[in-house]
Amino acid sequence: MVKKTAFEGSVEYWQVLDESGKADKKLETKLDDAELKRMYGHMVLCRLFDRKAVSLQRQGRMYTYAPLEGQEASQVGAMHALAQEDVVFPTYRDHGSYLVRGAPLENLFEYWMGYEEGLKMPAGVNVFPLSITVGNHLPMAAGMAWSMKLRKRPLMSMVCFGDGATSEGDFHEAFNFSSVHKTPLVLLCQNNHWAISVPLKKQMASETVAQKALSYGAWGVQVDGNDVLAVYSAVKEARRRALAGDGPSLVECLTYRMSMHTTADDPKKYRSDAEVDEWKKRDPLARFEAYLASRKLWTPQYKADVEADATARIEAAVKTAEAFSAQPEAMFDFVFEKRPPSLQAQRDAFVKGE
Amino acid sequence: MSEKTLIAAINEAMCQEMERDPTVLVMGEDVGLDGGVFRATDGLQGKFGTNRSIDTPLAESAIVGTAIGMAAGGLRPVAEIQFAGFILPGFNQLINHAARLRMRSQGQFTCPLVVRAPCSGGIRALEHHSESPEALYAHVPGLKVVVPSTPFDAKGLLVQSIREPDPVIFLEPSKYYRAFKQDVPDELYAIPLGQGEVRIEGTDLTLVTWGSMVRPAMQAAADSGKSVEVIDLRSISPWDKEMVLNSVRKTGRLVIAHEAPLSGGFGAEIAATVAQEAMYDLKGPILRVGAYDVPFPLARREDFYIPSPQRIGKAIQTACEG
Repeated sequence: MVKKTAFEGSVEYWQVLDESGKADKKLETKLDDAELKRMYGHMVLCRLFDRKAVSLQRQGRMYTYAPLEGQEASQVGAMHALAQEDVVFPTYRDHGSYLVRGAPLENLFEYWMGYEEGLKMPAGVNVFPLSITVGNHLPMAAGMAWSMKLRKRPLMSMVCFGDGATSEGDFHEAFNFSSVHKTPLVLLCQNNHWAISVPLKKQMASETVAQKALSYGAWGVQVDGNDVLAVYSAVKEARRRALAGDGPSLVECLTYRMSMHTTADDPKKYRSDAEVDEWKKRDPLARFEAYLASRKLWTPQYKADVEADATARIEAAVKTAEAFSAQPEAMFDFVFEKRPPSLQAQRDAFVKGE
Repeated sequence: MSEKTLIAAINEAMCQEMERDPTVLVMGEDVGLDGGVFRATDGLQGKFGTNRSIDTPLAESAIVGTAIGMAAGGLRPVAEIQFAGFILPGFNQLINHAARLRMRSQGQFTCPLVVRAPCSGGIRALEHHSESPEALYAHVPGLKVVVPSTPFDAKGLLVQSIREPDPVIFLEPSKYYRAFKQDVPDELYAIPLGQGEVRIEGTDLTLVTWGSMVRPAMQAAADSGKSVEVIDLRSISPWDKEMVLNSVRKTGRLVIAHEAPLSGGFGAEIAATVAQEAMYDLKGPILRVGAYDVPFPLARREDFYIPSPQRIGKAIQTACEG
């Protein structure tokens, strides 16, 4: 009888900025001042966009919305590590990912105000339509990566998802396909600890999401998801591996959904204020501000200026979105490239009010 | 007897069946501690514990698949899928397995399973939250499909669905969850599947509908100036063919209204059956009203997409002229 260890593995945890914003000198990124300030600007924009969206929903000016507060560093850090031609597959909570990719603010508002037109991105944003159903976009992202490999384009695709999505078969199937065929895919898990009311420990029995990568012969890393520089570094490394032909990587960002699942949800029903307060102390913006201040890049006045700029952009976008109107018959557009006769007849009857 | 909303009636049906039969349990995403995103299972975990009101991980295929296994193992699971549009990862389990288990094991294993899901639009929800997929399931031999439209029916039909020996897809119009109240008996009662209900009696025309379209259809009937007989099918599979045929034999005219897209909708099955079995009783063509053959739109356009009482009314007038 032979008994020996058939497999051994471990996953690392990365943190560049500690909770007070102090950088680990060995891990500190080489980002220049301008890039750091751009990151900060995006994080502020994400947060203010998000708060505005919640407020619009509460005023009845927008429909159900999924807030991102708490996940700014995960989204902004990851997106800054990509090339603009890479393709991103976001979820319904990735407003920040959309914004960093260059999605016009008014598009996001229009979509959440109930217009399909908001989904139409300008050329070069390279974002797939957000996934509302959980985890379904992972195989498509793996396929997009596959197309890049087969067409010999030096690019990758990134798929964003949460801890809940790791329970779906699509997560495992996509990861397996991608690792078998070595497609340039980065799986970015924003582990925000809650899938609506279901806490992480009821979602999975494994200690980390990142270790699931080992099952697929892939590289996985767990990072402090409220540390924008840790997320950036991990995704940078994952991207390097993807382009080197090493296949997929899994980056688990440990973060927290500070707000409700959607505006239709009441988290007080299932989680304690104490837990939320604990995570408030790890606020991704405050931490990054402390780091920027230590590099003499940030002052309260600078913050006020960045916020004023973001607010002006947001207010202008809300104005544009609220003035947006489109004909109801647009619902017959984009079903097919060319409408079949039966659908054309339905559209004609609709326009005539029949 | 007391006044209850549709969601309260559904909650009561599950609660009382769980009290009556210790093999009945509820399971799904957020059904336990949270009591369901629409609160359908509110209070059940407190009353029956975590083994009978189970929060599952987020995976519809596994929810349906494990529920099939539990049912085959002697339990009576009521699996909640958060929205009808989310069932699709579990579609394979339902069609290839739940629906066929009895035959594939020659009666050795059975699947007394209920899959509940909110359906249909009108609540300004996000994508994939508003579909009316009853025809997909009605097309599958071995599945029963129920779509209640009132609190009274919801309770009685859900109780019966839980007691059924075969799998039932139970689609609940989310728009009606809290839209109105109705007197509902506090005690248990069951309504047999496959029996329609005449909501309004009439002699000029038969209007067959179900689920979310029942109230617009009744509105259209009331506004039409005609004597319209409105039939709420309540079950799509099996459906009450005799009730529809008897009504058409009386009125000679038939309009069918459903919220699902027109083409391939269950209205086509009813129209074909009536054309075949009551052709010579018809005074004019059978008309169908359904949503347009486009994906369910976002909130701003849903009122244009969902058949309105006016659209149903036009069909009533056209049919009566024919």
